Amino acid sequence: MNKKQCTAATKMIEILQNQGVECLFGLPGGSAIPMYDALAQSTMKLVLTRHEQGATHMADGYARSTGKPGVVLVTSGPGATNTLTGIMTAMMDSVPMVVLCGQQLTMNLGLDTFQEADVSGMSYPIVKHSFLVKDPEELPSVINQAFHIASTGRPGPVIVDIPKNVSSALIPEDTSGEFSLPGYNPLKEVNQDDVKKAATMISVAQRPILMVGHGAVISGAVKEVQAIVEKMQIPVVNTLLGKGCFPESHDLNLGMPGMHGTAYANMALCECDLIVSIGSRWDDRIAGNPDEFLPQAKKIHIDIDPVEINKAVQVDCSVIGDAREILNSLYAYLNKGNTQRWVKQIKRLKREYPLKYKKEGKLRAQHVIEEMSKLTKGEAIVTSDVGQHQMWAAQFFKTEKSRHFLTSGGAGTMGYGFPAAIGAQIGNPGKTVVAIVGDGGFQMTLPELSTVVNEKLPLKILIINNNYLGMVRQWQHMFYENRLSGVDLEGNPDFVKLAAAYGIKGFRVKRSADVRKVLNAALAYSDGPCIIDAEVEQHDNVFPMVPSGATLDKMLLSMPRNKKLEKPTGGT
Amino acid sequence: MSEQTKHNISLYVENKPGVTIRISLVFARRGYNIESFVGSRSQDPRYSRINIEATGDSKTLQLMLEQLNRLVDVIHAREYSDEDVIQKELALIKVHCNSETRTEILQIADAFKCRSEDISDTTMTFQVTGNTSKIEAVRKMLDKFGILEVVRTGKVLIARGEEETSW
Repeated sequence: MNKKQCTAATKMIEILQNQGVECLFGLPGGSAIPMYDALAQSTMKLVLTRHEQGATHMADGYARSTGKPGVVLVTSGPGATNTLTGIMTAMMDSVPMVVLCGQQLTMNLGLDTFQEADVSGMSYPIVKHSFLVKDPEELPSVINQAFHIASTGRPGPVIVDIPKNVSSALIPEDTSGEFSLPGYNPLKEVNQDDVKKAATMISVAQRPILMVGHGAVISGAVKEVQAIVEKMQIPVVNTLLGKGCFPESHDLNLGMPGMHGTAYANMALCECDLIVSIGSRWDDRIAGNPDEFLPQAKKIHIDIDPVEINKAVQVDCSVIGDAREILNSLYAYLNKGNTQRWVKQIKRLKREYPLKYKKEGKLRAQHVIEEMSKLTKGEAIVTSDVGQHQMWAAQFFKTEKSRHFLTSGGAGTMGYGFPAAIGAQIGNPGKTVVAIVGDGGFQMTLPELSTVVNEKLPLKILIINNNYLGMVRQWQHMFYENRLSGVDLEGNPDFVKLAAAYGIKGFRVKRSADVRKVLNAALAYSDGPCIIDAEVEQHDNVFPMVPSGATLDKMLLSMPRNKKLEKPTGGT
Repeated sequence: MSEQTKHNISLYVENKPGVTIRISLVFARRGYNIESFVGSRSQDPRYSRINIEATGDSKTLQLMLEQLNRLVDVIHAREYSDEDVIQKELALIKVHCNSETRTEILQIADAFKCRSEDISDTTMTFQVTGNTSKIEAVRKMLDKFGILEVVRTGKVLIARGEEETSW
């Protein structure tokens, strides 16, 4: 009997298409050639990047904005090691991603052959799971497993390491892609007793607060959060990654709490008697010192990952499972309490301690970001890099919709914002996508300007340019007697000329009076990507600020005068 | 630093390359020292059983058990106290001897039901099995004759009655 055969790589592409994959992000190399060959013979789209790190952030932005796993295809050795930062970024923020790596021949593994790297060994701590495929007939099953693991439960990145002799081997066309994973059971039944306990605590609370995190976004719990807020009249804070799950323009929304959170969010937290975390892991940017976090408040933790319960902050009640499912059952058990006085107090805090900045004098980053927020009316998908502009974006860009604010929260990866925006734009072709980046972070992944030109994407790249690594400068200014070390970005290019070299339209804004005009022109520009170089005040600092490791009541609203600040005790 | 105690952790895992690295990384990352590590194929050849004895604080242990159970290749991981399970260890002890001490050494070995595995003019080697405290006791008794080497397997354990181990 003569069974029909194809290469394992061809079968792999077929399975990717069955998985609903629209496009791959990547860059080829020797050991990935069989896979790129199969790709060329298929209808699958490739987004050719200029660096593998860019490919992973693009897949990440695609995944966060669409909810579907992002897929990366790279070669062995340096190709694979270049993806590690992007994989770690995805792991820290629970982003579904499948990274397919070429690898040396199986017989060459461990022999220091050309472009051989022990990718599994290097990536164990930063992946949800990984596979090294040695039997070509197992590849179809492994690819299906990778997608299943990446996208179910708490999502995360999965690496599949594929030796060249495996991808190029011939296998029967009807090779089965079935699998069983006895050690992986992400969908556990929600314990209704836990839900009832939580419901009772919420119903009797006088001053409750909901904290919505990335888990709420991932589970798609938008309507469920809204329903509970409306029924119970509970104010909401959203974490950096929870932005958009509950509209930030809503009366009961307090924005982001924590280190650079709004003053009213932090003050409300210090006053609350109950905090309900929905898919947030009490990150140290919020908790400061987890042992002393809101001692006056009872705590409920809703999370899909049992590891997170009592990991940072000790809680009084936990409910394990999918946030949306839990909130649905929770709603039925809730009895409307009386939060009228609390809501009044919240509204007073919002009035009395608004976010502010100086509009006169030099151009302010906050002004540019706030204007962009107003002009895009909550419709744009925004990505950010990491640093001062990220915190200003979190504060001043009002996010109205879920999956519309993408940023590297846990990892704090500079260079994330721009490529992530490319991925988001590819996943959402009709949308306005704005990458808000710093001059420092942008330069870490700017080779992807070629990619954005190639793909003819109408991306808006807004550079908040202060010619500094601003967040580190702020720390050195505040806590290290202004001894600036390694933060002056002297030697930056002229970003408008740089854009021109790529054939990209460039705008520049230097004066407050021009902000609206320039941003309007950039938003109206539809002939491909554009860069907006916003030259902002160099020495501005992000406030409010809770020094790292301190409790929320130690929040600074501005730089204290004539008072030396202690060095922060927290990690970073 | 909270109290450092010894813990017995029993795992039922996929019999695949790389599984032990994933497991030991969970311990190393939280600064847990592994005292002993025993692993072998289970009755079903697709899976292995691993027993780990490790020292660290109890709060971290709970976190680590969750982290171990989160691993895709780990079917089950749990902690056992010595009372819940039958636990055994095997040790080979090589002790220095001469014509004057040989009889006394043999008497001690006999009292502990040690098996004599090798004998030379100047050495005797015994195999001893039992729980950890028994092996410690033999070692202590033979110490004065001059122990040349001790090689231990580390603990293996099995649940009592009908309960399945590490489930």
